[in-house]
Amino acid sequence: MGAYLLRRLLQLVPVLIGMTIVTFAVVHFIPGDPAQTIAGEKATPERVEEIRKELGLDQPLYRQYVQYMGNLLQGDLGDSLVTNRPIVEEVVPYLAATIELVVASMLIAVFWGVNLGIFSAWRHHSAWDFFAMIIALLGISIPVFWLGLMEQWLFAQTLDWLPSNGRMDPRIGMEPITHFYVVDTILYGDLEVLWDVLKHLILPAIALSTVPMAIIARITRSSMLEVMRADYVRTAKAKGLSEFTVIYKHTLKNAFIPILTVIGLQTGTLLGGAVLTETIFSWPGMGRYLYTAISERDYTVVQSGILIVATLFVLVNLLVDLLYTCLDPRIQYERK
Amino acid sequence: MEKRLMRWSSWVMLFLCFSLIVSCHSGSIQKDQGSMLIYGRGADAKSLDPSQVTDGESFRVTQMIFDTLVEYKDQNTEIQPCLAEKWESSPDGKEWIFYLRKNVKFHDGTPFNAEAVVFNFKRWMDREHPQHKGAIAFTYYPDMFAGFKGDPNHVIQSVTAIDEYTVKFVLNRPLGPFLANLAMPPFGIGSPTAIKKDPVQFGEKPVGTGPYKLREWKKNDMITVERNEDYWKKGFPKTDKIIFKSIPDNAARFTALKSGDIDLMDGMNPSDAIQVEKDPKLQLFKQQGMNVAYLAFNMRKKPLDHPQFRLAINHAVDKKRLISNFYANLAEPAVNPYPPFMLGYNDELKDHSFDLGKAKRLIEEAGLKGVKLKLYTPQDPRPYMPNGKKIAEFLKEDFKKIGVQVEIVTFEWKTYLDKVKSGEHDMALFGWNGDNGDPDNFLYVLLDKTNAREQNSSNIAFYTNEEVHQLLIKAQSTVDRTKREQLYRQAQAIIKKENPWVPLVHATVPIAGKASIRGFYPHPTGGYKLDQVEIIEK
Repeated sequence: MGAYLLRRLLQLVPVLIGMTIVTFAVVHFIPGDPAQTIAGEKATPERVEEIRKELGLDQPLYRQYVQYMGNLLQGDLGDSLVTNRPIVEEVVPYLAATIELVVASMLIAVFWGVNLGIFSAWRHHSAWDFFAMIIALLGISIPVFWLGLMEQWLFAQTLDWLPSNGRMDPRIGMEPITHFYVVDTILYGDLEVLWDVLKHLILPAIALSTVPMAIIARITRSSMLEVMRADYVRTAKAKGLSEFTVIYKHTLKNAFIPILTVIGLQTGTLLGGAVLTETIFSWPGMGRYLYTAISERDYTVVQSGILIVATLFVLVNLLVDLLYTCLDPRIQYERK
Repeated sequence: MEKRLMRWSSWVMLFLCFSLIVSCHSGSIQKDQGSMLIYGRGADAKSLDPSQVTDGESFRVTQMIFDTLVEYKDQNTEIQPCLAEKWESSPDGKEWIFYLRKNVKFHDGTPFNAEAVVFNFKRWMDREHPQHKGAIAFTYYPDMFAGFKGDPNHVIQSVTAIDEYTVKFVLNRPLGPFLANLAMPPFGIGSPTAIKKDPVQFGEKPVGTGPYKLREWKKNDMITVERNEDYWKKGFPKTDKIIFKSIPDNAARFTALKSGDIDLMDGMNPSDAIQVEKDPKLQLFKQQGMNVAYLAFNMRKKPLDHPQFRLAINHAVDKKRLISNFYANLAEPAVNPYPPFMLGYNDELKDHSFDLGKAKRLIEEAGLKGVKLKLYTPQDPRPYMPNGKKIAEFLKEDFKKIGVQVEIVTFEWKTYLDKVKSGEHDMALFGWNGDNGDPDNFLYVLLDKTNAREQNSSNIAFYTNEEVHQLLIKAQSTVDRTKREQLYRQAQAIIKKENPWVPLVHATVPIAGKASIRGFYPHPTGGYKLDQVEIIEK
């Protein structure tokens, strides 16, 4: 197991180096540069040139890349060109915000997705199956920004049940400990604020969960259908086990490998791709951080930010691979 | 059994770790009492050191924390005293003496005096100054005072303290908009103690003399400022605390206002303004637009160098319909390059009538029928142009009727700037937000020949009229108001005759707030004095 893990982690290195080359090239080849953002639209060309020099952007590209990589290998993600703050420091709250949101929406997506899929497979070819798959189809096709705005209109503006945006009531001042607000409020032991944080989490988490929920539901359905035909399931039924036990204990466990794969991929995707949800619910997360950096041409932030997201993506999927062994003892990564 | 023990012990460990973190952490949760205003806006500030930034969102906050020597009046761009109680200038406009307000303190207790003013100016203008550093870069200073100390055109020769409360400025040449420049938010006076301590960190921990001091900044989320108990203006600020909340999506921000999560918001879709006016729980504030949206002709290219062609296009733009279709009537048609409430606006000039027949005739006479041109337009909404692409399509229809074929070309904002400023376009939709309320800031920047450059040109019509240039230079270096007024009127008359642009509109900026808000005056510069705002719940 240890050797496998090490090998997988080493494989990460070339992937990430390739990643840095691609992002570096892409951000540098789009027109406009950070010196212009900093100098403002009204600055003279001389001033823009001066700032470009200060930032080291007048250097040839390969030298800029070598320097960036040099710092990176020493564990330095660099400073933001626009705010001049170290990215390591800047990124923590954004990353925490996004992870919190993604975890919440994946919880929703997995619970509903898996159950919807099971239900659909169990009542195969019935009106229920049809209905459940329509829901899944809607989940994939509804534009997230539209759903988000509708949620806000219904639950915040019309019914006034839930707050429309943000991570917490702005009137509450909380010094963050871990930057995961749910964890922080528990650590502070303030249930009232915890409830407030949870209320803020509900609408964006639902909006973000629809796509993965739908994908999980469809995979669960097809995987379940396959396993349900297996002999041992029939045997279990014949033994007189309750339907619930047969489905959740015997069938689901064996059907879960492809579902887990999809869960891993979706979690990874959401980590960097929640930009629409984050924008509509003004959730100060990674997606928006990167989006702003791209529109300001903040090269280092784009490069390092994408690197962080990519690393997380790979790690989540590695975790999934490791979880396979827990689900299915036949899967082993050690060579015998 | 062993397994269960393991599980239990790991839970206990986890609990211990948590308690350790909690006990080590000195932070707390505070639930606020007192009056509060939540201001919703599209983006966060970049830095809170006003000398380092150029974006309105940063200034929106620094204006609450810092005061300037002089300031604009509540509803126009005339100058009134602020940290300087009064001032005088020599007849040639090269020497200025400012008498400062006494008994003013920075938020950190440092006394405000002439030394503090001198320190700030030296930090901004002298590249060799030990604190000539900051989080980002000094940008507005070189823009407004023509470079730094030692540069050939630099305006300020020296700043000295005559006594504790008197400061003297000596200029290398008179500068017409000198006072207007000093009133701009980037020239807010900061505490020398705090700046000397760490000029870079000053952008995170700003210290000024303003009505509010910074309490907390959650990046990309919100900035909280709280009342400065020792503020020199007695009875202000009216509200204990202001929260600047970033809500990037316009529609979501409007929903937040309607559901009561925020009290005041800017950056509205013009079409939402109608809803606000109908809603008894809300009120609409209209900020006079110190801006202009225009269609620029690239006069370096054919046939745009042909005066008759430019006149024809001017006759082919229906500004009235433009305003009703795309601005929800929140704009006024532009005749000149800057709005009527500013100094020296030439109200004798009449606009070219919308007359497609005449336009068509002019095009035919010039033998330009069937000409094909590229019309550049930005993708992103700007305050002066909510939907550039739609406007371009609208213009295209009418241009077709007079025999001019137009292909619309569009880019994302940063790319767009790059392309247009290097003169790639034939015609381009563009605009300008004024900085200091002075006509120089419009005419010189947008239409003077020195600003028609190969790269990064701010004069994107590439209009190079020597007579206009002479008038503008003269107006720039005159302090006498009436003289300047005349010079600008003359310049506008020439520009109106030569038509380097089609001036489209001056857009009114809609701002929405709860009906219970009092004391909010949206200033034409876009800088708001929120210290006068209060919420009166009935």
